Amino acid sequence: MIKKILINDASEAFCKKVNELSGETVSRCDQCGTCTGSCPMIIEMDITPSQMMRLVLLGDESVMETKTIWICASCYSCTARCPRGLDASKVAEALRQIKLRQAIDYMHMEDMDPEELKKFPQMVLVAAYRKLTG
Amino acid sequence: MKRIPYYPGCSLQTKAKHFETSAMAVAEALDYELVTLPRWNCCGAVHSLTTDDLMHHVAPVTTLLRSKEFSAENHLDDSRLVVLCAMCLNVLKRTNKRVQELLEDRTKINDFMYLENSKYDGSTIVIHFLELLREIGWETLSQKVKHPLSNLAVSPYYGCLLLRPKEVGIDNPEAPTIQEDLLKSLDAKVIENPLKNRCCGSYHTLVDKDVVAELGYDILINAQKAGAEIITTSCPLCAFNLDQRQENILKKHPDFTKIPVVYFTELMMIAFDLPLEKAGLDMHYVDPRPLLLKKEMLHE
Amino acid sequence: MSEEIEAKLIPIFILSRMHMVPEGSTIITAMEYAGFKLKKGVGCREGFCGACASLYRLEGDFKLHGSLGCQTVVQPNMQIVQIPYTPSPKAIYDLETLNAEQEVFTNTYPELYRCLACNTCAKICPQEILVMDYVQAGIKGNLALMADLSFDCIMCGLCTTRCPAEITQFNAALLARRLYGKYLNKKGRFLEYRIKQILEGKFEEGYQELMNLPKEALTKRYFDRELNFNIT
Repeated sequence: MIKKILINDASEAFCKKVNELSGETVSRCDQCGTCTGSCPMIIEMDITPSQMMRLVLLGDESVMETKTIWICASCYSCTARCPRGLDASKVAEALRQIKLRQAIDYMHMEDMDPEELKKFPQMVLVAAYRKLTG
Repeated sequence: MKRIPYYPGCSLQTKAKHFETSAMAVAEALDYELVTLPRWNCCGAVHSLTTDDLMHHVAPVTTLLRSKEFSAENHLDDSRLVVLCAMCLNVLKRTNKRVQELLEDRTKINDFMYLENSKYDGSTIVIHFLELLREIGWETLSQKVKHPLSNLAVSPYYGCLLLRPKEVGIDNPEAPTIQEDLLKSLDAKVIENPLKNRCCGSYHTLVDKDVVAELGYDILINAQKAGAEIITTSCPLCAFNLDQRQENILKKHPDFTKIPVVYFTELMMIAFDLPLEKAGLDMHYVDPRPLLLKKEMLHE
Repeated sequence: MSEEIEAKLIPIFILSRMHMVPEGSTIITAMEYAGFKLKKGVGCREGFCGACASLYRLEGDFKLHGSLGCQTVVQPNMQIVQIPYTPSPKAIYDLETLNAEQEVFTNTYPELYRCLACNTCAKICPQEILVMDYVQAGIKGNLALMADLSFDCIMCGLCTTRCPAEITQFNAALLARRLYGKYLNKKGRFLEYRIKQILEGKFEEGYQELMNLPKEALTKRYFDRELNFNIT
């Protein structure tokens, strides 16, 4: 299947924004797939981390609607192994932040089971609030 | 007794208090007093990764500043800050690095914290308790062992944040040995788990426990296949995900057999033959006591 | 009898409009002098009720200050607005079923765990409470410390207005103080004894007498009363 890509001012602006927020330069990505191979959460993801990097480079904003950006738990496995020294976890964080800064939360505490909540160490709540709510 | 400042972190005085009490007991046996900072706040658990977000770094910087002030005022023997929790270690060290390197960020954060008594200069050194033990020396540790763990097959689990990213990790990010070295000094049978530095699923345990159960299953089953009878960890969240989530693992994989997950400090207390009231062996979902009794490491 | 005093007028800005008000007035009296009729946002005028929370900025100072309108003297070119109320969620709970532990917040005010430790709350607090420290004490599960640090809170709500994590600090602290009173505080030695006496009807006769007094006589009795703390 051939996928048409469109590169225009808007897509370039999106890529630039992600680069600025993450501090990474996604155009340096070689698409070698080491991040994908290292990712422990890969089974839960809808697109691979290397696809995420590619979509950002192409300025394709559909990357924002993927499950991948939220499933990344910032374990830094990809960071440790990237041959180009890139940090895909920072790119995922930048994408999450773009959503969260529009006040679109991924987690809603009111949906949680109140009895279940009591069991967690506080750090779970603190971390989830910081990563998944704006 | 050498006094060194200690930062507990949010969970270490509630859900993971046995990690703190056991670490303090072990430290005492090694002639160290972990002095809890009198005024501390939660570090935020996860390091904020975006370039422009300074607000989330205020919490760790406040803690680093308080530690610096506290050790100076009280003339502690060692001014470094000891932490037990892997997440705290990661957040404090990474933020510290950021404010050391980026003067502009440091100034902004300091200006924002104008109610504080002094400015933070980036001088606090953060170390993990395991690093302190490594410094004391495995040789010294083995001399303290009264009750060798020789017939206990222990598999250490590291998780992510003790090791990665490598500029703040306490050991080789791909092939760490610090826990192995420690366990060897306690004369334990060390079992290598190929997934010892695989992520446990972290905070996803809140929103998607099945994902975390699946990750935990992989990690635990690999340890068990290699012959492990018990797992050690150094992070309250890893401990929760590997221990508590075995309930969910069993639902998905009925053939799974439970395996106890404890903090390395609890095993140290047993090896040093310290009074076990503070070890918190009763605070686990999978009770390690039957195994330890079978191995004659506990008295009835 | 009224007495005329001369007061110098100074300019202040209320809701961005300039008013000349007497030097030495408080924010509340200045607003009334300027013609505002305060029905809400004012209460005891003694700094206790927390109804007159106000925000102000001073000339040449970037800081936003929080204060109680009745306790703050106006300064030339001060900019003022009242924040009499901040919409704040209130958890419904039954103290009998709760424990004085960290977990109570997960079901009542879980947003507590969003605290950034930025200390913005403490910067704005008119009571100079270490608000962030008590929120953190709650996160750590130290409810006794949380109750102690928040003791002077008059629930004006300025911390909640300013909080970037959208926490309702003062309601969480109220819960902590209630739990402290119920479960953690030492029980008074004489309280139970006195409650028993009341239940046994020891004071029934006195109550009846007071209940039947006309209002004037009751007022006289109140002001003539002798305070006696000797408990028999």
